[in-house]
Amino acid sequence: MSSRENILSKIKQNQPELLPLPDLSVLGSEKYDLVEKFTEILEGIGGKVLQVSDIEEIKNYIISNYPINARVISTLPAFSDNRDWQTADPHSLKDAEFLIIKGQFAVAENGAIWLTESEIGQRVAPFITQYLAIIIEKSSILPTMHQAYEEIGSIDYGFGVFLAGPSKTADIEQSLVLGAHGARGLVVFLV
Amino acid sequence: MKTHSEAAEVFNKDFDRTTWHDQTLFMVRQKRDKAAFQIDDWELLRETASQIKNNVLSNMHNYLLQFEENASNNGIKIHWAADAKEHNEIVYGIISDYYRGEIPVDTFKGMVKSKSMLTEECHMNEFLAEKGIEVIDTDLGERIVQLAEEPPSHIVMPCIHWKKEEIGELFHKHLGTEKGNKDPQYLTEAARQHLRDKFLTRPIALTGVNFAVAETGEFVVCTNEGNADMGAHLADVHIASMGFEKIIPQKKHLGVFLRLLARSATGQPITTYSSHFKKPRDGQQMHIVIVDNGRSTQLGREDFRNSLKCIRCAACFNTCPVYRRSGGHSYHSAVAGPIGSILAPNLDMRANADLPFASTLCGSCSNVCPVKIDIHQQLYKWRQVLVQEGYTSMSKTLAMKGMSTVLSNPSVFKFSGKVGRMLMDKLPFLVNNNMNPWYKQREMPEPPEESFRDWYKKNKK
Ligand code: SF4
Repeated sequence: MSSRENILSKIKQNQPELLPLPDLSVLGSEKYDLVEKFTEILEGIGGKVLQVSDIEEIKNYIISNYPINARVISTLPAFSDNRDWQTADPHSLKDAEFLIIKGQFAVAENGAIWLTESEIGQRVAPFITQYLAIIIEKSSILPTMHQAYEEIGSIDYGFGVFLAGPSKTADIEQSLVLGAHGARGLVVFLV
Repeated sequence: MKTHSEAAEVFNKDFDRTTWHDQTLFMVRQKRDKAAFQIDDWELLRETASQIKNNVLSNMHNYLLQFEENASNNGIKIHWAADAKEHNEIVYGIISDYYRGEIPVDTFKGMVKSKSMLTEECHMNEFLAEKGIEVIDTDLGERIVQLAEEPPSHIVMPCIHWKKEEIGELFHKHLGTEKGNKDPQYLTEAARQHLRDKFLTRPIALTGVNFAVAETGEFVVCTNEGNADMGAHLADVHIASMGFEKIIPQKKHLGVFLRLLARSATGQPITTYSSHFKKPRDGQQMHIVIVDNGRSTQLGREDFRNSLKCIRCAACFNTCPVYRRSGGHSYHSAVAGPIGSILAPNLDMRANADLPFASTLCGSCSNVCPVKIDIHQQLYKWRQVLVQEGYTSMSKTLAMKGMSTVLSNPSVFKFSGKVGRMLMDKLPFLVNNNMNPWYKQREMPEPPEESFRDWYKKNKK
């Protein structure tokens, strides 16, 4: 017998009698002021949140706060027409300084933003660039992870990520340091 | 090999350091409390998570088949490993196939790895090193202990026992940082540059698995640093190793576990990245190695099967007074702490017979566990089993037999309490003798003039 058959038959023999799954519909009843909660939580974990009225305001902010001579990539036509990087070898993004994308939706209770390949262009993009900007529509903020998975439903993707704040570590004596391996900074523009 | 209490004795020689270790971990425990108290439904969440995991244990066979089918349809190759050796051989086989049987002898043949306690359990790094394949641990804490040639001492914070001065020294030696610089920001930046080079040059990445979803065939990996993603999205080959108990039924159940995991582990609302891997990217190979290594045996042990519900948050470590004052290495097992002390004897009763005794049975672990494992009760049950099977020393066996007569018989319990109080009062050496394994390293408290039981009897109306 192969290991597969061995393992499966031993599991079948040893597993206890079938127990039911619990009801999840009772969870996620927390009521938040969604924008306020999302902002408070995300800033608490090292992100920056700005409420803006239009794309121009976002552009102005980026120009005055980040090195615009560096390589900036975006999946949004308003920021860049270049699409080549999305199909290039992922290693070629190693010098990308800044990525601007739009998130599908966000979660108030933990500051997480749901992104799939269609938003990020390349799987490695939101991790390998030095800084990250994500645009979120205020109306897309959901209270908890339960509503988040309802929203995702059965939509197909190859890769998806809940991203909450910049990359971080506290491995050296529990001192929080931003920018472990992923983006050093995250700014979220609420529109 | 030193037993837990012998190793703990060494750890405790440096009193200030032990206190520092203790306090650091308790601070993490307090962060967990703060995060938990902010969720009104926290207890309901724990109960729900526990019930989902109970269902998983009871339907494991079908969920695994369902997962295998869905993941295969998504283009992921599934492998099954009966034990650690087979796991390591499968991983080696995947690497060898990638190089068509001719693994090149240069520095670029290695693998980047993000946190996976399973590969620690399997001693995979050592196995691959013997075959000439270098494994680079990419979690900062794991990289630190790897450079120091040590195993992790904690499953979430692998180098919690290291001081920043020592890390500064280690990085000076291995990464060429300035001598004497111990600034965490500076040291983390040095590690970022050092490891970025590895991510960009290694063609094979291995990650662990936090949750594998039967319904969709996808798996979720949680990190704060982004190292799992940097490795996996750049590599030609992504290998994910998982114990079979990581399976959950449906995607919506992730909502429950992701709400609990990081809050229980570090007090964060969620980890920075919760990455859902469903299909390999174009041109990439994706493999999942599903490992048994004793788990199916544990599933058959009625008293201990609940330990397979564990989501490895380490809340039980951080709250445990014994772990905090003895350090992870005292447990001589890949997974230390209270849960490790339940898992280890399943794999080898003789080698790990000391671990279920490394507990005060205070129950704090069971109170914080997000999936409601009855940890302290299982530790107590293991003691019975190990004594019965003759794996414990004579003094422990005698003491345990005495204890269980006492605990299983209320009138003896009452009587022995009275005798105990007299003994401690008049003849302390009798309690503090070699026949009492609990006395070692502990100051016996002043016995109360009247026991709680006597007091309660007098005062209850
Ligand atoms: S036993 Fe419970 S508390 Fe301990 S690591 Fe596992 S899930 Fe966390």
